[in-house]
Amino acid sequence: MDYSFSPLGDQAIVIEVGTAINEHTQKEILAISSFLEANSPQWMTEFIPAFTTVSIFYNPLHISYGEVKSGLTALLKEASEITPSPPRTIEIPVCYGGDYGPDLEFVAQHNGLSTEEVIAIHTGTSYTVHMIGFAPGFPYLGGMSEKIAAPRRQSPRVSIPERSVGIAGNQTGVYPISTPGGWQLIGRTPTRLFLPEKEIPSLLRAGDTIVFRRITAEEYQTLEEIENADHT
Amino acid sequence: MLTIHKSGMQTTVQDFGRTGFQKYGVVGSGAMDPYALRIANLLVGNKENAAALEITLMGPSIHFDEDHVISICGGNLTPQLDGKVVGCWRAIPVTKGQTLTFGKPRSGSRCYVAVAGGIDVPAVMGSRSTYARAELGGYEGRALDSGDQLAIGEASAAQKSAAHNGSWFVPAPSYSPNPVIRITKGRQFELFSEQSRKDFLSETFSVNSQSDRMGYRLDGLRLALAEAQEMISEAVVFGSIQVPADGNPIILMADRQTVGGYPKIAEAITVDLPLISQLKPGDRLRFTEVSVEEAQRLLKLQEHTINCLKNAIRLKRRDMK
Repeated sequence: MDYSFSPLGDQAIVIEVGTAINEHTQKEILAISSFLEANSPQWMTEFIPAFTTVSIFYNPLHISYGEVKSGLTALLKEASEITPSPPRTIEIPVCYGGDYGPDLEFVAQHNGLSTEEVIAIHTGTSYTVHMIGFAPGFPYLGGMSEKIAAPRRQSPRVSIPERSVGIAGNQTGVYPISTPGGWQLIGRTPTRLFLPEKEIPSLLRAGDTIVFRRITAEEYQTLEEIENADHT
Repeated sequence: MLTIHKSGMQTTVQDFGRTGFQKYGVVGSGAMDPYALRIANLLVGNKENAAALEITLMGPSIHFDEDHVISICGGNLTPQLDGKVVGCWRAIPVTKGQTLTFGKPRSGSRCYVAVAGGIDVPAVMGSRSTYARAELGGYEGRALDSGDQLAIGEASAAQKSAAHNGSWFVPAPSYSPNPVIRITKGRQFELFSEQSRKDFLSETFSVNSQSDRMGYRLDGLRLALAEAQEMISEAVVFGSIQVPADGNPIILMADRQTVGGYPKIAEAITVDLPLISQLKPGDRLRFTEVSVEEAQRLLKLQEHTINCLKNAIRLKRRDMK
């Protein structure tokens, strides 16, 4: 374990665990995150795990950069000894195509596939949540097949409905909130990913495994009604 | 209670923002000029992080439905009470039926109106700050509109009785339309070409009109990496200066996303963030480098000054009872 540290302004420090996205780096980041979750040092205000880094925020009125750095060196030795809990698997139901996925046809044509094949490939694999960011609850997912990769739209949509499932380049993702964006939309999920009323406001966490399950428009309606009833 | 009669350009409820939820992608938000917010709250006897109104360039018209003690800190947007200009950086008693309006921005671009008792909106994830993109916090998760009515928290008897006699105020910070902003080197500083590193620390940049609570876009000499390369997204902070492929730097502000994939040439130091927040489109700025140790020393120094002000305000308020 050879981590490098660097300042991120005067209130945060970055632990760089690796320089490339891979399983080994991800495991170490999960170990550090689990450790910080369970043993948060008194001086830490919060942390953000990402693909190859963990950034830790602190209050410089109470502790200096140098002290944080030496404190972390000791803590990370302890962190390396814990085994992170096995990943949770979360299923995301998706209604593909139609009004929910207006670009499914484009993704199929672009890859010389039928829409059915695109759906089969998208649902046929599991994805790893590398980090949450970009928007509240938005998962950066690894693991999508290159067979269904598609370029972003030439002109981004002004507003993408919340819970849309999309593809951009080699990535797939779900928009937790309505936002402008250039992703190709292939479907929509009735499951809410951003839960502002909950103590943990995101359905997903870094390290989770997710799978997409195909549902019909009727199932979508039913599940959406249940979701709406749950949080109002 | 107070009622918004005209909305102004962008008026939102803000406190110090959300802490602890960035790992779930929840943006920090909070006051763009936290120094002004703190002083505004101290002047009316509130907790430092009480929620106040953040007002942008063209101010709203605010009607007071009860007697209150208020303060207005930050940029000078020519505040007027029933048409008569009032001073900033001091406590001001207002009476039921009075209206606060704003005129021409004289200095800076944002100010905070604090009310004794604080703006009483529900806290979401530990904060009353508005994050409009996710319709989170503040007043119904959005900027205020005409007709909106805001409840005010219960002010203590001491807060209400400490009326202002007009003779004292807190000095305003040295806001400037062409500040020199101190920065610490960003994580990707060394990846920029030698020329770009030099340009960044010597040239003048101007604030583009496409600047908001999320980020300030800068125009000037374009900056480039020595060699093009794909970045892996990682955390960013309030003050991170990132450079997208077009070469025009963006300073990330209060409503920034939690992570970013553009190279960061620098981070503006915390004590200089209010100077950036008070810039208007067309204003110009330069950057100069300091060490992280120096940035942290300056922050401690500022904290010491605020503590002195806090004591002075407390004594003044006691005198006036």
